Amino acid sequence: MKSMRKLNKAGMILSMVIGMIIAACMSPAAGPEVVESDEAAAPAMQEVQSTLSIVQERGKLVCIGNAQLPGFGFLDSEGNFSGFDVDYCRAIAAAIFGDANALEVRPATAKERFTILSSGEGDVIIRNTTWTMSRDTDLGMNFGPTTFYDGQGLMVRKESGVATLQDLQGASVCVVTGTTTELNLADQFAAAGVDYEAVVFEDFDQSFNAYDEGRCDAVTTDKSSLVSRQTTLTVPGDHVIINVTLSKEPLGPAVRHGDDQWFDIVNWVVYSTMLAEEHGITSQNVDSYMDSNDPNIRKLLGLEGDFCAKIGLSNAGCFVDVIKQLGNYAEIYDRNLGPDTVFDLPRGLNSLYTDGGILYAPPIR
Amino acid sequence: MTTVAGTPSDRSVLPITERYTVLGWVRRNLFSDLFNSLLTLVALAFIVFIARLLLRWAFFTAEWGVIPANFNLIMRGQYPATEAWRLWLVIHLLGGVVGITWRLISGQFSGAARILIAIPFVLMLIPFFSMGTRLNLLIAAAAAGAGFYIAGHMPIQRRGRAAAYLLLAYLVVMLILLRGIGAEEGPMPPVQPILWGGLLLSLLLAFFGITLSFPLGVLLALGRQSKLPAIRVISVIYIEFIRGVPLISLLFMGQVMLQLFLPDGFPLVDRVLRALVAITLFSAAYTAENVRGGLQSISRGQYEAAQALGLSTYQSTMHIILPQALRAVIPVLVGQFISLFKDTTLVALVGIFDLLGIARTILANPDWLGTQQEVYAIIAVLFWIFSYSMSYASRRIEQRLGVGER
Repeated sequence: MKSMRKLNKAGMILSMVIGMIIAACMSPAAGPEVVESDEAAAPAMQEVQSTLSIVQERGKLVCIGNAQLPGFGFLDSEGNFSGFDVDYCRAIAAAIFGDANALEVRPATAKERFTILSSGEGDVIIRNTTWTMSRDTDLGMNFGPTTFYDGQGLMVRKESGVATLQDLQGASVCVVTGTTTELNLADQFAAAGVDYEAVVFEDFDQSFNAYDEGRCDAVTTDKSSLVSRQTTLTVPGDHVIINVTLSKEPLGPAVRHGDDQWFDIVNWVVYSTMLAEEHGITSQNVDSYMDSNDPNIRKLLGLEGDFCAKIGLSNAGCFVDVIKQLGNYAEIYDRNLGPDTVFDLPRGLNSLYTDGGILYAPPIR
Repeated sequence: MTTVAGTPSDRSVLPITERYTVLGWVRRNLFSDLFNSLLTLVALAFIVFIARLLLRWAFFTAEWGVIPANFNLIMRGQYPATEAWRLWLVIHLLGGVVGITWRLISGQFSGAARILIAIPFVLMLIPFFSMGTRLNLLIAAAAAGAGFYIAGHMPIQRRGRAAAYLLLAYLVVMLILLRGIGAEEGPMPPVQPILWGGLLLSLLLAFFGITLSFPLGVLLALGRQSKLPAIRVISVIYIEFIRGVPLISLLFMGQVMLQLFLPDGFPLVDRVLRALVAITLFSAAYTAENVRGGLQSISRGQYEAAQALGLSTYQSTMHIILPQALRAVIPVLVGQFISLFKDTTLVALVGIFDLLGIARTILANPDWLGTQQEVYAIIAVLFWIFSYSMSYASRRIEQRLGVGER
């Protein structure tokens, strides 16, 4: 009889615990909730409900991001998301809500990110995503303006004197297997007619450690990543990233096909940071521009033309909120990747067109 | 059946164990002949070599700064710092509950109790802990002592039942404290489970995964043995389907695909709960097969004796069959629960910050690039501590129940 009582107790405990967990975890604020509507009209209503209205009802933006890429997305020691990509998530939240923290970052792996966006569990992908034709078409994505022009690079030891691909004749190269990196490496070396030996690894940490231990003459991956890892080498100063780019990697935000208003919002938030840099407006001095006479600045800051309304935002100073809370492109770049960080990544292509780069935002008018 | 294990008459049949002095033991086991001595020396040299490498790394090469700097992240993930007092309260209460239940069930302050009460004091020695942390640990230890003392002076009749109710009440209070209650501006604002992270989340996932999958697994095992075809077929299909797919695919289904199948506007279930459901469903299938092994080890005589006594199927299952079957498979079940604890790290691959997920994001912090070895070493130590505690606890339970002694 005793064990039966025990089992009864166990069953009771169990059912109560299950109930508690379900009650605890049903999260009212996590998903795109739909307004109550007449049953007959419901499907049609949902069909046309725009991403913007879903986001506004939810009260926060859900940004599909990365929590494992140095400089672009990670948790700081206080548990807050930060990084270059995360700052652009915050910029969109600032434009919509006037509050950069009205944001939930949904970490995703490279493989799941597009499915999560398609299923509606996220509103935008900003996760070092390369803009390619098949993603743009087959996968049903729309890519916003490129926020970071990356490219595959090669790191070698300084003492080797390697400066071009031809110098790497017969060299061994550490590379991660199963990536576009590996394919680009093969393509570019074949095109240059250079023989090499690929030393393949399952992940980049292994690949990089092997290079550090001298098991290969060179190591290859995206340049931004090479720069960030250089600081972790035994003697960082002994290595150099050669001035060769093996591939084009334009990284930027992506949204679902079929919601042009939402696409416009993402586009113009990114452009506004570039335009602010162009006009010399920073998070510090933005208030001093509020009485500017320059029509370009007045339009950017919402003082004339009401351009925020054109992308569906009622807040006339939507770009002012972005600039105040996140800063212009240069501030976002410097904060995460610039000279004051361990990366000290040169702007290169990511300079304004006026400074020799290719950042060229269309005018607001 | 002669059940009473551990009576003097039983002991007398056990083989006589000889006792040696330390030196005698060494001579007999390590240096009994030339070959054995040689083997001992080689093994010793190897162990010293490895230990030297490890110690040199741990004390000279490794940069441990990453651990104190991210300690809160490792322990509680993104749980807001302003609400951390709730986690401490959970730990204080745990101390009290452990003290009380120990008195109720064991009744005495034995060796294992000393180990338990020593844990907070050992933790207080960790150099980088703040005074507040040490004070909190002291409170937990004091609560345990107070609980032990008070429970000893209470006229409690049904001690086992009282302990069970207390544990149940503790779980409820714990979940309320963790989850929060009331308005955003209230004294205990809600904290979404997705913000629970680090060790906290790993332990919660493992605990609820185990406690929820165990009864489900037992039901499935009984279902598979059932004489009713519908129940048997459903159980078999469930078990074989779940065992046929890897856990990671269930997790991906829950995280990524679920939303595609649910009707539009269906309120989203928290992602942590989805992961917990996947882990529970997965583990239940394996528990079921382990329990079935136990059920099949029960001889027909037991069933027939139960029938002869006029017990119903339910009664004989509950009182005769299951108690014996479960007792027989304790080691297997604990092995499976330990593996479930370690399997919870797979949630890191679907963007949930358990212990492993937190480790990976710490490694992406530009301030701590290149500290993989240090971070993963600490994570491994944490996992070892909890896995070993589980297997130690199971060995003690086996000893108490006398499993393997007859």
